[in-house]
Amino acid sequence: MLEKFVAPVGSYFLMLKDMFSKPENMKMYWKEFMHQCSEIGIGSLGIVSIISVFMGAVSTVQTAYQLTNPLIPPETIAQVVRDTVILEFAPTLVCIVLAGVVGSKIAGELGNMRVSEQIDALEIMGINTKAYLVMPKIAAALVVIPMLVVLSAALGIWGGRLAGTASGIISGDQFDKGLLAGFVPYNAFFALVKGYTFAFLISSIPAYFGYNVKGGALEIGRASTRSVVVSCIAILFADYILAALLLKK
Amino acid sequence: MIEVKGLRKSFAGKTIINGVDVQLHPGMCNLIIGTSGSGKSVFIKCLVGLFQPDSGHIIYDGKDFTAMSVPEKKEIRKEIGMLFQGSALFSSMTVEENLVFPLDMFTNWDRKKKLDRVNEVLKRVNLEDANKKYPAELSGGMMKRVGIARAIVLNPKYLFVDEPNSGLDPQTSGLIDQLIKEITLEYNITTVVVTHDMNSVMEIGDHIVYLYQGQKEWEGNNKEIIFSKNDLLNDFIFASEFLRDVKDMRMLEETGKIANDRDMAKLTGEHAPTLVPPPEK
Repeated sequence: MLEKFVAPVGSYFLMLKDMFSKPENMKMYWKEFMHQCSEIGIGSLGIVSIISVFMGAVSTVQTAYQLTNPLIPPETIAQVVRDTVILEFAPTLVCIVLAGVVGSKIAGELGNMRVSEQIDALEIMGINTKAYLVMPKIAAALVVIPMLVVLSAALGIWGGRLAGTASGIISGDQFDKGLLAGFVPYNAFFALVKGYTFAFLISSIPAYFGYNVKGGALEIGRASTRSVVVSCIAILFADYILAALLLKK
Repeated sequence: MIEVKGLRKSFAGKTIINGVDVQLHPGMCNLIIGTSGSGKSVFIKCLVGLFQPDSGHIIYDGKDFTAMSVPEKKEIRKEIGMLFQGSALFSSMTVEENLVFPLDMFTNWDRKKKLDRVNEVLKRVNLEDANKKYPAELSGGMMKRVGIARAIVLNPKYLFVDEPNSGLDPQTSGLIDQLIKEITLEYNITTVVVTHDMNSVMEIGDHIVYLYQGQKEWEGNNKEIIFSKNDLLNDFIFASEFLRDVKDMRMLEETGKIANDRDMAKLTGEHAPTLVPPPEK
Protein backbone atom coordinates (compact mmCIF):
# COMPACT_ATOMS: atom_id res chain seq x y z
CA MET A 1 0.00 0.00 0.00
CA LEU A 2 2.74 2.42 1.04
CA GLU A 3 4.85 1.42 -1.97
CA LYS A 4 1.89 2.12 -4.26
CA PHE A 5 1.90 5.71 -3.05
CA VAL A 6 5.62 6.29 -2.53
CA ALA A 7 6.87 4.81 -5.83
CA PRO A 8 4.91 7.23 -8.10
CA VAL A 9 5.96 10.17 -5.92
CA GLY A 10 9.60 9.13 -6.27
CA SER A 11 9.16 8.60 -9.99
CA TYR A 12 7.54 12.06 -10.28
CA PHE A 13 10.52 13.75 -8.61
CA LEU A 14 12.96 11.75 -10.76
CA MET A 15 11.14 12.99 -13.86
CA LEU A 16 11.50 16.56 -12.62
CA LYS A 17 15.21 16.01 -11.96
CA ASP A 18 15.79 14.49 -15.42
CA MET A 19 14.24 17.54 -17.09
CA PHE A 20 17.32 19.57 -16.36
CA SER A 21 19.88 18.85 -19.04
CA LYS A 22 21.63 20.88 -21.70
CA PRO A 23 19.18 21.46 -24.57
CA GLU A 24 20.17 19.81 -27.86
CA ASN A 25 19.12 22.97 -29.70
CA MET A 26 18.04 26.03 -27.72
CA LYS A 27 16.09 27.45 -30.68
CA MET A 28 13.88 24.37 -30.86
CA TYR A 29 13.24 24.46 -27.10
CA TRP A 30 12.31 28.14 -27.32
CA LYS A 31 9.95 27.37 -30.20
CA GLU A 32 8.29 24.63 -28.14
CA PHE A 33 8.07 26.95 -25.10
CA MET A 34 6.33 29.65 -27.15
CA HIS A 35 4.00 27.06 -28.65
CA GLN A 36 3.03 25.88 -25.17
CA CYS A 37 2.52 29.47 -23.96
CA SER A 38 0.06 29.92 -26.79
CA GLU A 39 -1.64 26.56 -26.19
CA ILE A 40 -2.04 27.07 -22.44
CA GLY A 41 -2.60 30.82 -22.43
CA ILE A 42 -4.62 31.59 -25.54
CA GLY A 43 -6.33 28.20 -25.34
CA SER A 44 -7.70 28.92 -21.86
CA LEU A 45 -8.48 32.59 -22.32
CA GLY A 46 -12.14 32.07 -23.23
CA ILE A 47 -13.08 29.79 -20.35
CA VAL A 48 -11.11 31.85 -17.81
CA SER A 49 -12.84 35.07 -18.94
CA ILE A 50 -16.34 33.60 -18.77
CA ILE A 51 -15.80 32.01 -15.36
CA SER A 52 -14.22 35.15 -13.92
CA VAL A 53 -16.97 37.54 -14.98
CA PHE A 54 -19.74 35.31 -13.63
CA MET A 55 -17.78 34.52 -10.47
CA GLY A 56 -17.52 38.26 -9.70
CA ALA A 57 -21.15 38.88 -10.60
CA VAL A 58 -22.42 36.09 -8.35
CA SER A 59 -20.16 37.30 -5.51
CA THR A 60 -21.69 40.78 -5.67
CA VAL A 61 -25.27 39.53 -5.71
CA GLN A 62 -24.73 37.03 -2.88
CA THR A 63 -22.77 39.46 -0.71
CA ALA A 64 -25.52 42.09 -1.10
CA TYR A 65 -28.09 39.43 -0.18
CA GLN A 66 -26.26 38.67 3.06
CA LEU A 67 -25.53 42.29 4.07
CA THR A 68 -28.96 43.25 5.28
CA ASN A 69 -27.91 45.60 8.07
CA PRO A 70 -28.64 49.21 6.96
CA LEU A 71 -25.66 50.40 9.03
CA ILE A 72 -23.21 48.63 6.74
CA PRO A 73 -22.37 50.91 3.81
CA PRO A 74 -22.87 49.49 0.28
CA GLU A 75 -19.14 50.06 -0.44
CA THR A 76 -18.49 47.04 1.79
CA ILE A 77 -19.92 44.83 -0.98
CA ALA A 78 -17.13 45.96 -3.31
CA GLN A 79 -14.52 45.36 -0.59
CA VAL A 80 -15.79 41.83 0.05
CA VAL A 81 -15.98 41.02 -3.67
CA ARG A 82 -12.46 42.41 -4.25
CA ASP A 83 -10.86 40.42 -1.45
CA THR A 84 -12.76 37.21 -2.18
CA VAL A 85 -11.87 37.35 -5.86
CA ILE A 86 -8.21 38.22 -5.28
CA LEU A 87 -7.58 35.89 -2.37
CA GLU A 88 -9.50 32.81 -3.42
CA PHE A 89 -11.62 32.83 -6.54
CA ALA A 90 -9.11 34.06 -9.11
CA PRO A 91 -6.18 31.86 -8.09
CA THR A 92 -7.90 28.75 -6.72
CA LEU A 93 -11.15 28.40 -8.63
CA VAL A 94 -9.57 29.36 -11.95
CA CYS A 95 -6.66 26.97 -11.38
CA ILE A 96 -9.03 24.11 -10.56
CA VAL A 97 -10.78 24.77 -13.86
CA LEU A 98 -7.40 24.99 -15.59
CA ALA A 99 -6.41 21.67 -14.03
CA GLY A 100 -9.26 20.19 -16.05
CA VAL A 101 -8.69 22.15 -19.24
CA VAL A 102 -4.88 22.28 -19.40
CA GLY A 103 -4.14 19.19 -17.30
CA SER A 104 -6.23 16.79 -19.35
CA LYS A 105 -4.75 18.25 -22.54
CA ILE A 106 -1.16 17.77 -21.32
CA ALA A 107 -1.83 14.23 -20.07
CA GLY A 108 -3.69 13.31 -23.27
CA GLU A 109 -1.03 14.75 -25.56
CA LEU A 110 1.90 13.06 -23.82
CA GLY A 111 -0.06 9.83 -23.32
CA ASN A 112 -0.86 9.66 -27.01
CA MET A 113 2.76 10.37 -27.90
CA ARG A 114 3.87 7.59 -25.54
CA VAL A 115 1.40 5.00 -26.85
CA SER A 116 2.10 5.78 -30.52
CA GLU A 117 5.88 5.50 -29.87
CA GLN A 118 6.49 9.17 -30.75
CA ILE A 119 8.35 9.64 -27.46
CA ASP A 120 10.51 6.60 -28.29
CA ALA A 121 11.18 8.08 -31.73
CA LEU A 122 12.43 11.30 -30.11
CA GLU A 123 14.58 9.30 -27.67
CA ILE A 124 16.15 7.38 -30.56
CA MET A 125 17.02 10.69 -32.23
CA GLY A 126 19.06 11.50 -29.12
CA ILE A 127 16.63 14.02 -27.61
CA ASN A 128 16.02 14.19 -23.85
CA THR A 129 12.24 13.84 -24.07
CA LYS A 130 11.66 14.93 -20.47
CA ALA A 131 13.53 18.13 -21.17
CA TYR A 132 11.99 18.72 -24.60
CA LEU A 133 8.39 17.70 -23.90
CA VAL A 134 7.82 18.32 -20.18
CA MET A 135 10.06 21.27 -19.32
CA PRO A 136 8.55 23.75 -21.88
CA LYS A 137 5.04 22.87 -20.66
CA ILE A 138 5.93 23.59 -17.03
CA ALA A 139 7.86 26.75 -17.93
CA ALA A 140 4.99 28.00 -20.12
CA ALA A 141 2.46 27.29 -17.36
CA LEU A 142 4.61 29.19 -14.86
CA VAL A 143 4.64 32.20 -17.18
CA VAL A 144 1.07 32.14 -18.46
CA ILE A 145 -1.08 30.92 -15.57
CA PRO A 146 -0.17 33.74 -13.14
CA MET A 147 -1.08 36.12 -15.98
CA LEU A 148 -4.42 34.37 -16.29
CA VAL A 149 -4.90 34.71 -12.52
CA VAL A 150 -4.31 38.47 -12.73
CA LEU A 151 -6.67 38.73 -15.69
CA SER A 152 -9.23 36.63 -13.86
CA ALA A 153 -9.07 38.91 -10.79
CA ALA A 154 -9.57 41.99 -12.96
CA LEU A 155 -12.45 40.44 -14.89
CA GLY A 156 -14.01 39.10 -11.69
CA ILE A 157 -14.06 42.54 -10.09
CA TRP A 158 -15.38 44.06 -13.32
CA GLY A 159 -18.09 41.38 -13.49
CA GLY A 160 -19.03 42.20 -9.89
CA ARG A 161 -19.29 45.90 -10.67
CA LEU A 162 -21.35 45.18 -13.77
CA ALA A 163 -23.77 42.93 -11.90
CA GLY A 164 -24.02 45.39 -8.97
CA THR A 165 -24.82 48.40 -11.13
CA ALA A 166 -27.06 46.49 -13.54
CA SER A 167 -29.23 45.11 -10.74
CA GLY A 168 -29.25 48.38 -8.77
CA ILE A 169 -27.51 46.88 -5.74
CA ILE A 170 -24.73 49.43 -5.77
CA SER A 171 -23.82 52.40 -7.93
CA GLY A 172 -20.62 52.48 -9.97
CA ASP A 173 -19.13 55.25 -7.83
CA GLN A 174 -19.87 53.42 -4.59
CA PHE A 175 -18.32 50.24 -5.99
CA ASP A 176 -15.16 52.09 -7.09
CA LYS A 177 -14.91 53.79 -3.71
CA GLY A 178 -15.24 50.42 -1.96
CA LEU A 179 -12.57 48.89 -4.21
CA LEU A 180 -9.99 51.47 -3.15
CA ALA A 181 -10.90 51.39 0.54
CA GLY A 182 -8.58 49.32 2.72
CA PHE A 183 -6.80 47.60 -0.15
CA VAL A 184 -3.96 45.37 1.07
CA PRO A 185 -1.32 44.93 -1.68
CA TYR A 186 -0.03 41.81 0.12
CA ASN A 187 -3.23 40.03 -0.96
CA ALA A 188 -2.24 40.47 -4.61
CA PHE A 189 1.22 39.07 -3.81
CA PHE A 190 -0.43 36.12 -2.05
CA ALA A 191 -2.64 35.50 -5.09
CA LEU A 192 0.44 35.44 -7.33
CA VAL A 193 2.26 33.01 -5.02
CA LYS A 194 -0.77 30.75 -5.29
CA GLY A 195 -0.82 31.22 -9.05
CA TYR A 196 2.80 30.12 -9.45
CA THR A 197 2.38 27.15 -7.09
CA PHE A 198 -0.80 25.93 -8.77
CA ALA A 199 0.70 26.50 -12.26
CA PHE A 200 3.52 24.13 -11.37
CA LEU A 201 1.10 21.50 -10.06
CA ILE A 202 -1.31 21.85 -13.00
CA SER A 203 1.46 21.25 -15.54
CA SER A 204 3.81 18.80 -13.84
CA ILE A 205 1.29 16.31 -12.42
CA PRO A 206 -0.55 15.70 -15.74
CA ALA A 207 2.83 15.61 -17.53
CA TYR A 208 3.91 12.82 -15.17
CA PHE A 209 0.73 10.82 -15.74
CA GLY A 210 0.80 11.33 -19.51
CA TYR A 211 4.50 10.59 -19.90
CA ASN A 212 4.21 7.28 -18.06
CA VAL A 213 1.10 5.88 -19.76
CA LYS A 214 1.30 2.20 -20.60
CA GLY A 215 -1.28 0.56 -22.83
CA GLY A 216 -3.70 2.10 -25.31
CA ALA A 217 -6.54 4.57 -25.74
CA LEU A 218 -8.34 3.45 -22.59
CA GLU A 219 -5.23 3.99 -20.47
CA ILE A 220 -4.75 7.47 -21.96
CA GLY A 221 -8.27 8.38 -20.84
CA ARG A 222 -7.68 6.93 -17.39
CA ALA A 223 -4.37 8.77 -17.02
CA SER A 224 -6.03 11.98 -18.09
CA THR A 225 -8.84 11.62 -15.54
CA ARG A 226 -6.46 10.58 -12.77
CA SER A 227 -4.16 13.51 -13.52
CA VAL A 228 -7.06 15.98 -13.17
CA VAL A 229 -8.23 14.41 -9.91
CA VAL A 230 -4.73 14.37 -8.39
CA SER A 231 -4.03 17.92 -9.60
CA CYS A 232 -7.26 19.21 -8.00
CA ILE A 233 -6.47 17.52 -4.70
CA ALA A 234 -2.91 18.86 -4.82
CA ILE A 235 -4.24 22.39 -5.51
CA LEU A 236 -6.63 22.26 -2.55
CA PHE A 237 -3.92 20.86 -0.30
CA ALA A 238 -1.41 23.51 -1.41
CA ASP A 239 -4.10 26.18 -1.02
CA TYR A 240 -4.52 25.30 2.62
CA ILE A 241 -0.76 25.08 3.27
CA LEU A 242 -0.14 28.48 1.63
CA ALA A 243 -2.99 30.11 3.51
CA ALA A 244 -1.76 28.66 6.80
CA LEU A 245 1.80 29.78 6.12
CA LEU A 246 1.32 33.16 4.47
CA LEU A 247 -1.84 34.56 6.04
CA LYS A 248 -0.81 34.27 9.67
CA LYS A 249 -1.56 37.43 11.65
CA MET B 1 29.18 -3.42 -36.97
CA ILE B 2 27.12 -4.08 -33.86
CA GLU B 3 28.29 -6.82 -31.51
CA VAL B 4 25.97 -8.20 -28.87
CA LYS B 5 27.58 -10.21 -26.07
CA GLY B 6 25.66 -12.16 -23.42
CA LEU B 7 22.63 -9.89 -23.51
CA ARG B 8 20.06 -10.53 -20.77
CA LYS B 9 16.86 -8.72 -19.94
CA SER B 10 14.08 -9.61 -17.50
CA PHE B 11 10.80 -7.98 -16.54
CA ALA B 12 9.28 -8.64 -13.11
CA GLY B 13 11.40 -11.75 -12.67
CA LYS B 14 10.53 -13.17 -16.11
CA THR B 15 13.53 -13.60 -18.40
CA ILE B 16 12.80 -12.25 -21.88
CA ILE B 17 16.30 -12.20 -23.38
CA ASN B 18 18.58 -14.90 -22.05
CA GLY B 19 22.24 -14.52 -23.01
CA VAL B 20 22.16 -13.65 -26.70
CA ASP B 21 25.50 -13.34 -28.56
CA VAL B 22 25.39 -12.09 -32.12
CA GLN B 23 27.23 -9.90 -34.62
CA LEU B 24 25.20 -7.60 -36.89
CA HIS B 25 27.05 -6.69 -40.05
CA PRO B 26 27.20 -3.43 -42.06
CA GLY B 27 25.82 -3.30 -45.60
CA MET B 28 23.50 -6.17 -44.78
CA CYS B 29 19.91 -6.64 -43.71
CA ASN B 30 20.22 -8.42 -40.38
CA LEU B 31 16.88 -10.02 -39.57
CA ILE B 32 15.78 -10.94 -36.07
CA ILE B 33 12.99 -13.45 -36.45
CA GLY B 34 10.91 -15.48 -34.05
CA THR B 35 7.40 -16.16 -32.88
CA SER B 36 5.38 -13.61 -30.94
CA GLY B 37 6.76 -13.37 -27.41
CA SER B 38 10.19 -14.68 -28.37
CA GLY B 39 11.83 -11.41 -27.29
CA LYS B 40 12.49 -9.79 -30.70
CA SER B 41 11.08 -6.37 -29.84
CA VAL B 42 12.75 -6.33 -26.41
CA PHE B 43 16.02 -7.28 -28.13
CA ILE B 44 15.85 -4.38 -30.61
CA LYS B 45 14.78 -1.96 -27.83
CA CYS B 46 17.82 -3.02 -25.81
CA LEU B 47 20.01 -2.42 -28.87
CA VAL B 48 18.81 1.17 -29.30
CA GLY B 49 18.83 1.88 -25.56
CA LEU B 50 15.10 2.15 -24.93
CA PHE B 51 15.55 -0.69 -22.44
CA GLN B 52 18.56 -1.03 -20.18
CA PRO B 53 19.85 -4.64 -20.31
CA ASP B 54 20.31 -6.51 -17.02
CA SER B 55 23.72 -7.72 -18.20
CA GLY B 56 25.78 -8.15 -21.36
CA HIS B 57 27.34 -5.73 -23.81
CA ILE B 58 26.16 -3.96 -26.94
CA ILE B 59 29.13 -2.70 -28.92
CA TYR B 60 28.73 -0.18 -31.74
CA ASP B 61 31.89 -0.21 -33.87
CA GLY B 62 34.08 -1.00 -30.88
CA LYS B 63 32.30 1.37 -28.46
CA ASP B 64 30.46 -0.29 -25.59
CA PHE B 65 26.98 1.29 -25.63
CA THR B 66 25.96 -0.32 -22.33
CA ALA B 67 28.88 1.27 -20.46
CA MET B 68 28.35 4.76 -21.88
CA SER B 69 27.17 7.84 -20.01
CA VAL B 70 23.91 9.51 -21.08
CA PRO B 71 25.66 12.22 -23.21
CA GLU B 72 27.80 9.53 -24.92
CA LYS B 73 24.68 7.49 -25.66
CA LYS B 74 23.06 10.58 -27.15
CA GLU B 75 26.01 10.89 -29.54
CA ILE B 76 25.59 7.28 -30.70
CA ARG B 77 21.86 7.80 -31.09
CA LYS B 78 22.51 10.59 -33.57
CA GLU B 79 23.89 7.84 -35.82
CA ILE B 80 20.81 5.68 -35.39
CA GLY B 81 17.64 5.78 -37.48
CA MET B 82 14.61 3.75 -36.55
CA LEU B 83 11.36 2.84 -38.21
CA PHE B 84 8.73 1.90 -35.63
CA GLN B 85 5.95 -0.64 -36.08
CA GLY B 86 3.31 2.11 -36.17
CA SER B 87 5.69 4.50 -37.98
CA ALA B 88 5.60 6.91 -34.95
CA LEU B 89 5.23 10.01 -37.14
CA PHE B 90 4.44 13.23 -35.29
CA SER B 91 0.74 13.49 -35.96
CA SER B 92 0.52 17.27 -35.59
CA MET B 93 3.20 17.86 -38.22
CA THR B 94 3.12 17.51 -42.00
CA VAL B 95 5.37 15.02 -43.72
CA GLU B 96 7.84 17.80 -44.50
CA GLU B 97 7.84 19.03 -40.89
CA ASN B 98 8.36 15.46 -39.66
CA LEU B 99 11.47 15.22 -41.81
CA VAL B 100 12.75 18.72 -41.11
CA PHE B 101 12.45 18.17 -37.34
CA PRO B 102 15.67 16.10 -36.88
CA LEU B 103 17.51 18.49 -39.22
CA ASP B 104 16.31 21.50 -37.19
CA MET B 105 17.37 19.80 -33.97
CA PHE B 106 20.81 18.57 -34.99
CA THR B 107 22.12 20.68 -37.89
CA ASN B 108 22.88 24.32 -38.50
CA TRP B 109 21.89 24.10 -42.15
CA ASP B 110 19.92 26.90 -43.77
CA ARG B 111 16.26 26.39 -44.65
CA LYS B 112 16.97 25.71 -48.34
CA LYS B 113 19.53 23.02 -47.61
CA LYS B 114 17.15 21.32 -45.18
CA LEU B 115 14.31 21.34 -47.70
CA ASP B 116 16.62 20.01 -50.41
CA ARG B 117 17.59 17.13 -48.14
CA VAL B 118 13.93 16.45 -47.29
CA ASN B 119 12.99 16.39 -50.97
CA GLU B 120 15.96 14.13 -51.71
CA VAL B 121 14.93 11.48 -49.16
CA LEU B 122 11.25 11.76 -50.08
CA LYS B 123 12.23 11.14 -53.70
CA ARG B 124 14.29 8.16 -52.54
CA VAL B 125 11.21 6.59 -50.95
CA ASN B 126 9.02 7.54 -53.95
CA LEU B 127 6.91 10.12 -52.12
CA GLU B 128 7.77 13.31 -54.02
CA ASP B 129 4.32 14.90 -53.66
CA ALA B 130 3.60 14.16 -50.01
CA ASN B 131 5.38 17.14 -48.40
CA LYS B 132 2.30 18.99 -47.22
CA LYS B 133 0.23 15.98 -46.17
CA TYR B 134 -0.45 15.05 -42.56
CA PRO B 135 0.16 11.48 -41.34
CA ALA B 136 -3.61 10.97 -40.99
CA GLU B 137 -3.92 11.54 -44.76
CA LEU B 138 -1.43 8.80 -45.64
CA SER B 139 -1.94 5.09 -46.24
CA GLY B 140 -0.11 2.52 -44.09
CA GLY B 141 2.53 1.93 -46.77
CA MET B 142 3.08 5.66 -47.26
CA MET B 143 3.47 6.14 -43.51
CA LYS B 144 6.13 3.43 -43.44
CA ARG B 145 7.94 5.11 -46.30
CA VAL B 146 7.83 8.50 -44.53
CA GLY B 147 9.10 6.70 -41.41
CA ILE B 148 12.01 5.31 -43.44
CA ALA B 149 12.67 8.75 -44.93
CA ARG B 150 12.79 10.30 -41.44
CA ALA B 151 15.06 7.51 -40.24
CA ILE B 152 17.60 8.14 -43.00
CA VAL B 153 17.37 11.92 -43.25
CA LEU B 154 20.42 12.40 -41.00
CA ASN B 155 22.46 9.75 -42.87
CA PRO B 156 22.56 7.19 -40.04
CA LYS B 157 25.15 4.44 -39.72
CA TYR B 158 22.63 2.07 -38.19
CA LEU B 159 19.02 1.52 -39.19
CA PHE B 160 16.59 -0.35 -36.95
CA VAL B 161 13.26 -1.49 -38.30
CA ASP B 162 10.53 -2.95 -36.10
CA GLU B 163 7.98 -5.12 -37.95
CA PRO B 164 8.08 -3.18 -41.25
CA ASN B 165 5.28 -5.23 -42.81
CA SER B 166 2.71 -5.24 -40.03
CA GLY B 167 -0.67 -4.14 -41.35
CA LEU B 168 0.46 -3.98 -44.97
CA ASP B 169 -0.75 -5.97 -47.98
CA PRO B 170 1.79 -8.41 -49.51
CA GLN B 171 2.51 -6.15 -52.49
CA THR B 172 3.23 -3.08 -50.37
CA SER B 173 5.22 -5.26 -47.95
CA GLY B 174 7.40 -6.33 -50.86
CA LEU B 175 8.01 -2.71 -51.85
CA ILE B 176 8.96 -1.75 -48.27
CA ASP B 177 11.32 -4.75 -48.05
CA GLN B 178 12.90 -3.76 -51.36
CA LEU B 179 13.32 -0.19 -50.17
CA ILE B 180 15.00 -1.30 -46.94
CA LYS B 181 17.34 -3.56 -48.90
CA GLU B 182 18.25 -0.84 -51.43
CA ILE B 183 18.87 1.77 -48.75
CA THR B 184 21.06 -0.64 -46.78
CA LEU B 185 23.27 -1.27 -49.81
CA GLU B 186 23.23 2.33 -51.04
CA TYR B 187 24.29 3.88 -47.71
CA ASN B 188 26.25 0.81 -46.51
CA ILE B 189 24.46 0.92 -43.17
CA THR B 190 23.98 -1.79 -40.57
CA THR B 191 20.29 -2.58 -40.83
CA VAL B 192 18.52 -4.61 -38.15
CA VAL B 193 14.99 -5.73 -38.97
CA VAL B 194 12.66 -7.42 -36.52
CA THR B 195 10.05 -9.45 -38.35
CA HIS B 196 8.09 -12.67 -38.43
CA ASP B 197 7.13 -12.25 -42.06
CA MET B 198 8.53 -15.13 -44.12
CA ASN B 199 8.37 -13.12 -47.35
CA SER B 200 10.75 -10.59 -45.79
CA VAL B 201 12.97 -13.39 -44.56
CA MET B 202 13.31 -14.82 -48.05
CA GLU B 203 13.54 -11.42 -49.79
CA ILE B 204 16.02 -9.48 -47.69
CA GLY B 205 17.47 -11.89 -45.11
CA ASP B 206 21.21 -11.47 -45.75
CA HIS B 207 21.82 -12.48 -42.16
CA ILE B 208 19.11 -14.07 -40.04
CA VAL B 209 19.00 -14.69 -36.31
CA TYR B 210 16.18 -16.87 -35.02
CA LEU B 211 15.22 -16.18 -31.41
CA TYR B 212 13.32 -18.78 -29.42
CA GLN B 213 12.25 -18.06 -25.84
CA GLY B 214 14.84 -15.31 -25.55
CA GLN B 215 17.76 -17.36 -26.84
CA LYS B 216 19.52 -17.48 -30.18
CA GLU B 217 18.37 -20.76 -31.66
CA TRP B 218 19.73 -20.48 -35.19
CA GLU B 219 21.82 -18.11 -37.33
CA GLY B 220 22.30 -18.10 -41.09
CA ASN B 221 20.94 -16.47 -44.25
CA ASN B 222 17.95 -16.74 -46.56
CA LYS B 223 19.65 -19.35 -48.71
CA GLU B 224 20.36 -21.62 -45.77
CA ILE B 225 17.18 -21.17 -43.75
CA ILE B 226 15.01 -23.37 -45.90
CA PHE B 227 17.46 -26.26 -45.58
CA SER B 228 17.90 -25.92 -41.84
CA LYS B 229 17.75 -29.08 -39.75
CA ASN B 230 16.71 -27.15 -36.65
CA ASP B 231 13.27 -28.46 -35.63
CA LEU B 232 12.25 -25.33 -33.73
CA LEU B 233 13.16 -23.13 -36.70
CA ASN B 234 11.37 -25.49 -39.09
CA ASP B 235 8.23 -25.32 -36.96
CA PHE B 236 8.39 -21.54 -37.30
CA ILE B 237 9.17 -21.18 -41.00
CA PHE B 238 7.01 -24.04 -42.23
CA ALA B 239 4.00 -23.02 -40.20
CA SER B 240 1.99 -22.01 -43.29
CA GLU B 241 0.23 -24.48 -45.61
CA PHE B 242 2.19 -23.25 -48.62
CA LEU B 243 5.56 -23.55 -46.96
CA ARG B 244 4.68 -27.01 -45.68
CA ASP B 245 4.38 -27.99 -49.33
CA VAL B 246 7.83 -26.55 -49.89
CA LYS B 247 9.11 -28.54 -46.95
CA ASP B 248 7.60 -31.75 -48.33
CA MET B 249 9.17 -30.94 -51.68
CA ARG B 250 12.54 -30.44 -50.04
CA MET B 251 12.29 -33.76 -48.28
CA LEU B 252 11.36 -35.46 -51.53
CA GLU B 253 14.33 -33.84 -53.21
CA GLU B 254 16.63 -34.95 -50.45
CA THR B 255 15.45 -38.53 -50.84
CA GLY B 256 15.85 -38.34 -54.61
CA LYS B 257 12.13 -38.49 -55.26
CA ILE B 258 11.88 -35.17 -57.07
CA ALA B 259 12.77 -34.15 -60.61
CA ASN B 260 16.42 -33.12 -60.73
CA ASP B 261 15.83 -30.07 -62.88
CA ARG B 262 13.55 -28.43 -60.32
CA ASP B 263 15.10 -25.24 -59.07
CA MET B 264 14.43 -24.78 -55.34
CA ALA B 265 14.39 -21.02 -55.79
CA LYS B 266 11.23 -21.39 -57.86
CA LEU B 267 9.51 -23.01 -54.94
CA THR B 268 9.15 -19.69 -53.22
CA GLY B 269 7.86 -18.05 -56.42
CA GLU B 270 4.30 -17.00 -57.12
CA HIS B 271 2.91 -20.46 -57.97
CA ALA B 272 2.40 -23.21 -55.47
CA PRO B 273 4.67 -26.17 -56.21
CA THR B 274 3.31 -29.28 -57.81
CA LEU B 275 4.77 -32.49 -56.56
CA VAL B 276 6.32 -34.67 -59.24
CA PRO B 277 5.41 -38.29 -58.64
CA PRO B 278 8.36 -40.60 -58.07
CA PRO B 279 9.35 -42.72 -61.11
CA GLU B 280 7.68 -46.09 -61.25
CA LYS B 281 9.89 -49.06 -60.51
